[in-house]
Amino acid sequence: MLDLDSLVKDALTAFAAISDADALEQSKARYLGKSGLLTEQLKALGKLPPAEKPAAGARINAAKTVIEQALNDRREALQNTRLEAQLQAEALDVTLPGRGSGVGGLHPVSRTLERVEQIFHSLGFAVADGPEIETDFYNFTALNQPENHPARSMHDTFYLEGENAGGRRLLRTHTSPIQVRYMESHQPPLRIIAPGRVYRVDSDATHSPMFHQVEGLWIDEHISFANLKGIVTEFFRLFFERANLQVRFRPSFFPFTEPSAEIDMSFGEGWLEIGGCGMVHPKVLQNVKIDNERFQGFAFGMGLDRLTMLRYGVNDLRLFFENDLRFLRQFR
Amino acid sequence: MKFSENWLRTFVDPKLTTCELADLLTFGGIEVEGTQPASPAFDHVVVGEVLSVTKHPNADRLNVCQINTGAAPLTIVCGAPNVRPGMRVPAALVGAQLPDMQIKAAKVRGVESSGMLCSAKELGISDAAAGLLELAENAPIGADVQQVLDLKDIIFDSKPTPNRGDCLSLRGLAREVAALSGATMQALDAPAVTATHDTQLTIALHAPKACPLYCGRLVQGVNVKAPTPDWMVRRLARSGVRSISAVVDVTNYVMLELGQPMHAFDAGKIEGSVQVRMAAPGEKLELLNSETRELTAEFLVIADDKKALALAGIMGGAQSAVGDDTRNILLEAAFFDPEVIAGKSRVLGFGSDSSYRFERGVDFSGACEAMARATQLVLDICGGSAGPVAVAESKTHLPQRKPVDVRLTRVARVLGIAFEGAAVAEIFARLGFAHVATVEGFRITPPAHRFDIAIEEDLIEEIARIHGYNRIPSAAPVVASQALPQMEKRRSTASMRRVLAACDYQEVVTYSFVDRAWEADFCANSTPIALANPIASQMSVMRSSLIGGLVSTVAYNLHHKQSRVRVFEVGRCFVAEGAAHQQPWRIAAAACGEALPDQWGVRPPRRVDFYDVKADVEALLQTRDLTFAAASHPALHPGKSARLLLSGNTVGWMGELHPRWQQKYDLPSAPVLFEVELDAAAALAMPAYASISRFPPVLRDLAVVLDEKTPYQDILDAVNSRKPASILEFAVFDIYRGQGIENGKKSLAFRMLVQDTRRTLTDAEVDSAVSEIIKILQNQFNAKLR
Repeated sequence: MLDLDSLVKDALTAFAAISDADALEQSKARYLGKSGLLTEQLKALGKLPPAEKPAAGARINAAKTVIEQALNDRREALQNTRLEAQLQAEALDVTLPGRGSGVGGLHPVSRTLERVEQIFHSLGFAVADGPEIETDFYNFTALNQPENHPARSMHDTFYLEGENAGGRRLLRTHTSPIQVRYMESHQPPLRIIAPGRVYRVDSDATHSPMFHQVEGLWIDEHISFANLKGIVTEFFRLFFERANLQVRFRPSFFPFTEPSAEIDMSFGEGWLEIGGCGMVHPKVLQNVKIDNERFQGFAFGMGLDRLTMLRYGVNDLRLFFENDLRFLRQFR
Repeated sequence: MKFSENWLRTFVDPKLTTCELADLLTFGGIEVEGTQPASPAFDHVVVGEVLSVTKHPNADRLNVCQINTGAAPLTIVCGAPNVRPGMRVPAALVGAQLPDMQIKAAKVRGVESSGMLCSAKELGISDAAAGLLELAENAPIGADVQQVLDLKDIIFDSKPTPNRGDCLSLRGLAREVAALSGATMQALDAPAVTATHDTQLTIALHAPKACPLYCGRLVQGVNVKAPTPDWMVRRLARSGVRSISAVVDVTNYVMLELGQPMHAFDAGKIEGSVQVRMAAPGEKLELLNSETRELTAEFLVIADDKKALALAGIMGGAQSAVGDDTRNILLEAAFFDPEVIAGKSRVLGFGSDSSYRFERGVDFSGACEAMARATQLVLDICGGSAGPVAVAESKTHLPQRKPVDVRLTRVARVLGIAFEGAAVAEIFARLGFAHVATVEGFRITPPAHRFDIAIEEDLIEEIARIHGYNRIPSAAPVVASQALPQMEKRRSTASMRRVLAACDYQEVVTYSFVDRAWEADFCANSTPIALANPIASQMSVMRSSLIGGLVSTVAYNLHHKQSRVRVFEVGRCFVAEGAAHQQPWRIAAAACGEALPDQWGVRPPRRVDFYDVKADVEALLQTRDLTFAAASHPALHPGKSARLLLSGNTVGWMGELHPRWQQKYDLPSAPVLFEVELDAAAALAMPAYASISRFPPVLRDLAVVLDEKTPYQDILDAVNSRKPASILEFAVFDIYRGQGIENGKKSLAFRMLVQDTRRTLTDAEVDSAVSEIIKILQNQFNAKLR
């Protein structure tokens, strides 16, 4: 009878030397096949005296288990090697660019507008809209700027050709007429912003005949000048996300607010004029039939283009309207 | 308004630096836009007296001068032609720094020169380079020239807001500085000038509302050629006013000093009395700026018995102007109603310093004082003899200063900060507002120079301004919280922008006013809404479509070496409807160049076509009842354009640019465009749940040959309206033309999904459903099974 230990040892050595799956199966037959070496041992068990059978049988089965385990391990190892090779062969250059359609982007001023709308939305402001071809009444008169008011010379206005029974028509010079229209159709408390295109007869590196403004309005019983300062300052902090941002208010004059203020801001060096604001003038409230003893509030306005320029470091306003893709793509 | 800091400080001199003074005004609401030195910096230049002048031994054009600067005489070589003994000139000492050079001791052609005599140009004062700057005969020898010429001065450029006409004078500004700083203001000493003759002109106020007060005074025997004193020329110059002649300079000076515009007439040209009246329609007047204007009845004129002499408050007439021959003058100080002056500069196309002030409001209590001041200055400079002041006044027409009440509770409510009565009283005192305490606060009578104090808020603003805006705290409003509505069936413009950006379009912003040709070409609109005052002819009409702007943006970028341009815009369009204007928001896009960005592994590249862009439109509109109908549009290729319909309503257009416009607008290939009403695109359908079948679906394909001209939409409509309920989906998946298909025909392959929600369908049931479809195709479209 062959020494079982050396048989097991032989089998393990043989399996380890094999690197081909088919050869491994053939080698398996040599030990575990119908006439394999171990099978023969089992067959020979019958010839043993009955007393020795159980012990011998147990030893053979133990040897068989070891060989089978070795066979399975080797099978799995070979399978892994094969998979490894296959995976390596399939490897891509993952640094090549992706394929498919591209992506476009928003205009930088729209990007700013979205941020402005989101910030004010979080402060409870709804968005209002109004026509760009306006009447003299909504653009000026309702805002306490009657015909020939010297303040009108602050806005160089585009007028439409021909006269109209509803008053002279013009391109709105600011977004303030939206306020008036909104107050005509809504009762306080009111809290809106009104963004949009505005037009003035002006064109150079810092002026465009068309630009964008956003106007804010909050009317309630106790909305004060201190609140105006609070909201405007909060907005600029949130918009610019700069810890060193400072905001200051300077007395000024707008026919539709009183007290009125210019808003300046600074990142630490020099001050920039960024907008105008004030408490809504009682005459404006009276014009839209809001009780100005009971209700009061503030309005503010600023240039969206200017906010965009400051936010992204753009130094020429005209770039926003040239629509050169090389410029616009920088804001994706 | 520009002004000299030194001049201002003669009225009020707070202990503030130039910079602090500028800030004081700016934070008081009188914005100082800039400050600049009155002259370029130079130092060590003193008044030198020329003691002697001898020819330079080695140079014909040079002189060797002995100069007295108070110490031992200096030898200075000088080349100026006007040098002569006895004159006093600026002498730059060794070590002096001039705007353009440093002075060193040097030998000039062998003669030691210790300094330089200077021209005005060398000191940077003016462009006069012809000779030495001649100083006054009594200029103190050795004194600093900066001091002597009052050059140590700063020019302030301030911009009072339109409501603060009272700050358009030195005294007005000084009043403001005093109120803001608490410093004491010096009163101007302008005593009445006693008349030394009794001739006066009769003044008649025919339009007392427009001119309720007119003071006139004859000054006789005036030497109009007398030179204006240097100090006055300097102050005028620092306010940007050119010296013209002594009399005119005095009127300008008093206007700058006191804010009262004045005028001087040549009294010899006045026939009869002075008539202040509205112009007769068609009346002509030649003005000082040489323009002859035909007037309307809205203009107020100063006239005599025969003719108009001046455009009241705006500009004098040429004929009655003070000239070289003038002997007697009539000085005018009047009050003109702001309303009669306002808007006139727009009508005329020019304004004046005078009209600028009158339309903002001039202190009507100051006319007599200004008259006294001007008279005294004329007498001092030009000599002559003053007559009595003739005053025509209509008191009832002068502006009224009605009392205004302010309540302390209201102040606190509007500003968000409470004020003690005493603090408010002090502010009013500083402002010179007469005030008395009331139960709730104060009653104020505004001074004559303030035209902007009529209601309580005007006073609240004054309190805030003098207190300081930056001393009012910032505070978050406290209100009941209220959520904003969020409509699920409408989406925001921002979200639509994002959809198109995700579809590879870059947003652009083009002008709302466009070239008239764009309207004609792209919209067949020959009567666009036109601007009366366009900035340029290519920006003269309002757009009725976004297409023009997009086409021009595509062209611009293609010409800048971009081969693939995909752009979109969201904006209003302007459509005339009779006398009214529709101003719809639209969203539009254009795609030109390759369908996909240039990339590896996608070959060959393919140009973007109608169907690529149609997919983008479908992505944007996200709605099931969107259909496309062949229709022609002026901008588009007639065979490649479609009308977009939502539930049967036209909501937009899409198609390829018409080849005619491709050629005209110089595009290498035709962009595919679409334009949709934003309002329609914003509407969304609410999702509606339908149960999902648990039974297996069956896919069946079907190919038919039918007429080339049959639109797919027609097939879809016919099938959808009659198909059996078990046909859940029906769509084309292949189109074939060519070999095996007869000319004028096409083969369409459809895929159908057949399924029932309650059970598994038998083959026979599926066959029967498919044959229903075949029947529809055969009967309605004469289709043949392939």
